[in-house]
Amino acid sequence: MTDTQKTSLAERLAARFGDTLKISVVRNETTAELAAADLLAVATALRDEPGFRFSELVDLCGVDYLGYGQTEWDTTDVTSTGFSRGVEGDAMGRFDWADRPRDVNRPRRFASVMHLLSIEHNQRLRLRVFCEDDSLPLVPSVCGIWPGVNWFERESFDLYGIIYDGHPDLRRILTDYGFVGHPFRKDFPLIGNVEVRYDPEQKRVVYEPVTSVVPRVLVPRVIRDDADLMQAKAEAADDWRRN
Amino acid sequence: MAQEIRNYTMNFGPQHPAAHGVLRLVLEMDGETIVRADPHVGLLHRGTEKLAESKPFNQSIGYMDRLDYVSMMCNEHAYVRAIENLLGIEAPERAQYIRTMFDEITRILNHLMWVGSNALDLGAMAVFLYAFREREELMDVYEAVSGARMHATYYRPGGVYRDLPDHMSQYRESPWHKGKDLKRLNSWREGSMLDYLDAFTDDFPKKVDEYEELLTGNRIWKQRTVGIGVVSPEQAQAWGMTGAMLRGSGIAWDLRKKQPYAKYAEMDFDIPVGVQGDCYDRYLVRVEEMRQSNRIIKQCVKWLKANPGPVMVENYKVAPPKRAEMKESMEALIHHFKLFTEGYGVPAGETYAAVEAPKGEFGCYLVSDGANKPFRVHLRAPGFAHLSSIDSIVRGHLLADVVAMIGTYDLVFGEVDR
Repeated sequence: MTDTQKTSLAERLAARFGDTLKISVVRNETTAELAAADLLAVATALRDEPGFRFSELVDLCGVDYLGYGQTEWDTTDVTSTGFSRGVEGDAMGRFDWADRPRDVNRPRRFASVMHLLSIEHNQRLRLRVFCEDDSLPLVPSVCGIWPGVNWFERESFDLYGIIYDGHPDLRRILTDYGFVGHPFRKDFPLIGNVEVRYDPEQKRVVYEPVTSVVPRVLVPRVIRDDADLMQAKAEAADDWRRN
Repeated sequence: MAQEIRNYTMNFGPQHPAAHGVLRLVLEMDGETIVRADPHVGLLHRGTEKLAESKPFNQSIGYMDRLDYVSMMCNEHAYVRAIENLLGIEAPERAQYIRTMFDEITRILNHLMWVGSNALDLGAMAVFLYAFREREELMDVYEAVSGARMHATYYRPGGVYRDLPDHMSQYRESPWHKGKDLKRLNSWREGSMLDYLDAFTDDFPKKVDEYEELLTGNRIWKQRTVGIGVVSPEQAQAWGMTGAMLRGSGIAWDLRKKQPYAKYAEMDFDIPVGVQGDCYDRYLVRVEEMRQSNRIIKQCVKWLKANPGPVMVENYKVAPPKRAEMKESMEALIHHFKLFTEGYGVPAGETYAAVEAPKGEFGCYLVSDGANKPFRVHLRAPGFAHLSSIDSIVRGHLLADVVAMIGTYDLVFGEVDR
């Protein structure tokens, strides 16, 4: 107990796990990035060892990093002719399924992000595991360590298509029965692929390709430089290694 | 002659009134005993998180109200705090007190709904009517401050939308309300909203006594809840339980005390804990929480009456300038235009902000890449984690106990399905 009060969580993690974890502390939130292969051993240690005791896995979710930092509005090269700075982007509101962006094979698109909570030490920790292969995103399941993560992994599988290896019951959970695709991926159109209506002739609800809405974006994604400045300032103030 | 008896499967919901909305529960039964429970959720899935990724930050605050639609402002609080974390701004002190007060008003609203509907599920009709009497009074406060009885969209990054109103709307004379009756209805409404809340908090403990009189010692209520759905402290942690589900099992964990936000560090209140971890203990915990929330509201009212001040940051990159200023200042007009056409950029980074919502820990994991729209929003709903444990807890219970268990989870499908 005294040990946990003297040193910060980041220092203890670094001392215990060494190079296995890539640790960062921003705004007093500790994040550890690790390889999928190390996840089970690290997670078991984090739950059981007296210095950590992360007894609860509060949250798990998938993240699709496709298009991270991409902008649809040019803020640096502004021409005098005006509107030409509007850049067509790949935002999910702009395309339907047929026109989805396909040259997407940038390394390591998908990540599974976990938030752990230690009730004993009143501490939180974020774990991030990137999936090595984009075409078959695979992460070991931590269901055996925290059974409550069962549904969170099912949700992440349903919405992002991340496969949790060793999960006892990896079914879809939120989407419709018989749904095709993983709707929260950044290359899945916001308008979806199918819509339903009641067909009076067949006397049942029928699924049809989407026709009632067209893709559109009201406000473009804009990244301005002043935001970068604010970030640099915030991170400089909070970096645990330097302070 | 021996007869073979087989298990049979039963569909519970999605239109069953005790399913609290749109839960479809596939139950495998052995006689009247549950062998396996398989909840099918997602019938109310609206893709809130994906929608939030497609629009500027402020336009999604209204979606938060619609997640857990009986504890609206607490959801807003988590989302707004996540944005404030990344922006590195802090709401003015008065706004923090207003948020604390409305979080607790919301908690009472939620627990009233819970105690009423849970009692209704278990066969006690009257509590529902009593609880809705006080809910109406608090919803008037929501309406006074935001114009909407439920979906307020009142919290904003950097503060709250506007200051508290200095008068409460009054009932007008009608064929149904007149004379003495009208006077009684309007007796709290002569002064400001804070006077109204002051009167409410003086009165409310007596009302809680009334609910307790109907239930706490009630033989039937105890038969339906004592020893039902016991959750051990180890189980509660393994299943990621928070809020009253965790406290009912004897773990004194409350974010308002352990990781204080807004003005909870300055408030004087207690955390009730259960002993057995059954449905009855969780009932007692929630009833006591209503009394404690009442105490917090009273302290906030006192402070807010004495300390006027701004309720929004003076940073025009995040908060709109005053109308009057826009008439004179070109800068203010530009800021207003940019804010409402483009929104504001949030520095790249990620954060997890959690609040102690009435149902448990409601968290918002926000990833920004520096744009005016969030890159990823994940909403951690307490009900989702709680419901996932139902199979392991109701096994071996009777069918009627499943209803008690669904009730004690305090489920709202707006947040489970998102």
